Amino acid sequence: MKLHEFQAKEMLGRFGVPVPSGRVATSPAEARAAAEALGGRVVVKAQIHAGGRGKGGGVKLCDDPPAAEAAAGAMLGKPLVTHQTGPEGRVVQRVLVEEARSIERELYLGLLVDREARQVVLMASSEGGVEIEQVAAERPEAILKEWIDPVVGFMPYQANRLADGLGLDKAQTGALRKLGVKLYEAFLGCDASLVEINPLVVSEGGLLALDAKVNLDDNGLFRHGELAELRDRAEEDPRESRANDLDLSYVGLEGGIGCMVNGAGLAMATMDLVKLEGAEPANFLDVGGGITAERVAEAFRIILDDPRVEAILVNIFGGIVRCDVIAEGIVQATHDRGVEVPLVARLDGTNVDEGRRILDESALDITYAEDFADSASKVVAAIGGAR
Amino acid sequence: MSVLVDEKTRVLIQGLGKQGQFHAERMQQYGTRVVAGVKPRSAGTKVLDIPMFNTCEAAVSETGADASVIFVPAAFAADAILEAADAGLRLAVCITEGIPVLDMVKVHRALDGCDTRLIGPNCPGVISPGKAKLGIMPAPIHRPGPIGVLSRSGTLTYEAVDQLTRLDLGQSTCIGLGGDPLPGTSFVEALELLQEDPDTEGVVMIGEIGGSAEEEAAEFIKAGGFTKPAAAFIAGRTAPPGKRMGHAGAIISGGKGTAEAKVSALESAGVGVAASPAQIGRTMKAALEARG
Repeated sequence: MKLHEFQAKEMLGRFGVPVPSGRVATSPAEARAAAEALGGRVVVKAQIHAGGRGKGGGVKLCDDPPAAEAAAGAMLGKPLVTHQTGPEGRVVQRVLVEEARSIERELYLGLLVDREARQVVLMASSEGGVEIEQVAAERPEAILKEWIDPVVGFMPYQANRLADGLGLDKAQTGALRKLGVKLYEAFLGCDASLVEINPLVVSEGGLLALDAKVNLDDNGLFRHGELAELRDRAEEDPRESRANDLDLSYVGLEGGIGCMVNGAGLAMATMDLVKLEGAEPANFLDVGGGITAERVAEAFRIILDDPRVEAILVNIFGGIVRCDVIAEGIVQATHDRGVEVPLVARLDGTNVDEGRRILDESALDITYAEDFADSASKVVAAIGGAR
Repeated sequence: MSVLVDEKTRVLIQGLGKQGQFHAERMQQYGTRVVAGVKPRSAGTKVLDIPMFNTCEAAVSETGADASVIFVPAAFAADAILEAADAGLRLAVCITEGIPVLDMVKVHRALDGCDTRLIGPNCPGVISPGKAKLGIMPAPIHRPGPIGVLSRSGTLTYEAVDQLTRLDLGQSTCIGLGGDPLPGTSFVEALELLQEDPDTEGVVMIGEIGGSAEEEAAEFIKAGGFTKPAAAFIAGRTAPPGKRMGHAGAIISGGKGTAEAKVSALESAGVGVAASPAQIGRTMKAALEARG
């Protein structure tokens, strides 16, 4: 789950990470009032779940409160397009109004779980304020790394080593020692999967988190009820929102073949096979293990309601999932509306005969596939072949 | 032969709730020696005729169990894994999905230098066909034979095994490595085991987007660590970057972990990579035939 910048800063601030003073505004008037309260000279920042806001016009330095009001007016309620949003952009619902601070240097700090080292890694670079992926690709040596042993946490010697590499002075080195510890505590404290401070600025001799990005580990949310509430549905694909509410594993895509599959690997492989046959999947959907017919029906309705979908492919290799439960769910989802697009089903494994019987007794017009390969070629044929 | 589990493996089960019982019963039907269940304050009782113990330690000392299958919920799974290790079990197979990744960071640190091998979490388990099944995979699709199967996915493994069996390629041992970002056992570690198994003549690897475990396996094969014929499939060629595809570990981030990079690494190591998930069995067969 992604947090907005203002949510991330609030959370990091609670852990003692130095962040600029700021207020959230949802109207130009609120932005003006915030600027007045913050002393006049402010930065107005659009709050959307995407990077590259500066280049897209979503970050404005304003000299006085009227300028802040105007900047907020230009952003709020309008789509902001960045290289991460896609061409349609994201509608800005809120802006963060922050005190403007002097910037002497821009650095980068990031924490994430290193899958190879199986530890949290703290990364630092003196090339802050730019896309870190680009730095990593072009000049990997410009990124310094310290792996954090979970037994002892982030150690002072590691901060000293980073400070050496970053060229920090004595006071800043001391600040980095504290900052590293606090960031790591925040990372653990909210079950983060990513904490990124880009840029971390040297301002008036100290260190300050000028921007912050925090992603949370969805698997850790159960122990952070207050953080789970920070989820912003407006930022989600409406199909994904609906699936998320039902606790279904779903990712919305742009193609025309709606897919319902059991198992994440098989679901990905099904998308791949559809693509190999020359069509594009409309979604990733793993109905998971211990699913009921009711939930299968809910999942199937998400596909039925998707205007992109031109044909549906059901690919089930029953293990824990029973084919009869899947079939019942499909019948439930369609009994009052039918299926207006071609439906291809491949059922294999647990209770396959019972599943076939249930579908045969329904009024649904289903094309059955012999196996996995056959299922993809039949569904692509159903939309008139490869595109 | 086989690796990790066979007819002599003595299994204890942690987490005999509804799911655990359902699968324990099927493991028994397969002939697996399920000798104990562990649940606090259950000593002296039985579940499905399986004698219950309060702790793994007690279960091991009373029954000689040497492997555990873990079904406990995600919030308590890290504790269950470490209890299994503390009791000296040789093998802990963790089926549980949804364990917070930071819990697994601690588990890995605690397991460092410990003799317990962890398989999973978020995996279908391990089966040596005809000998023992420690997990949730549908048993009837498997046949005893010479192919080792390693996989980050559940159902896609069943698909691959089914294809192998239909081509008369039985399996020595199928190991579900799991779909999480920090698996207990990697492709490389599993390849090491299968290299040493005289009855394994080839291996199928089912990888997916995210991380670099497949690239590491390719390096290992190139360096001569695994010399038997190998075939692979990588799921997620169509997955968009930055999106988690069901599995916690299946995500392309910062341009890393793409299917393309994994496919080319494996191909450069001489592994036959199936372009289509429907061709996994045939790709294995071709790799075996190419070696004669």
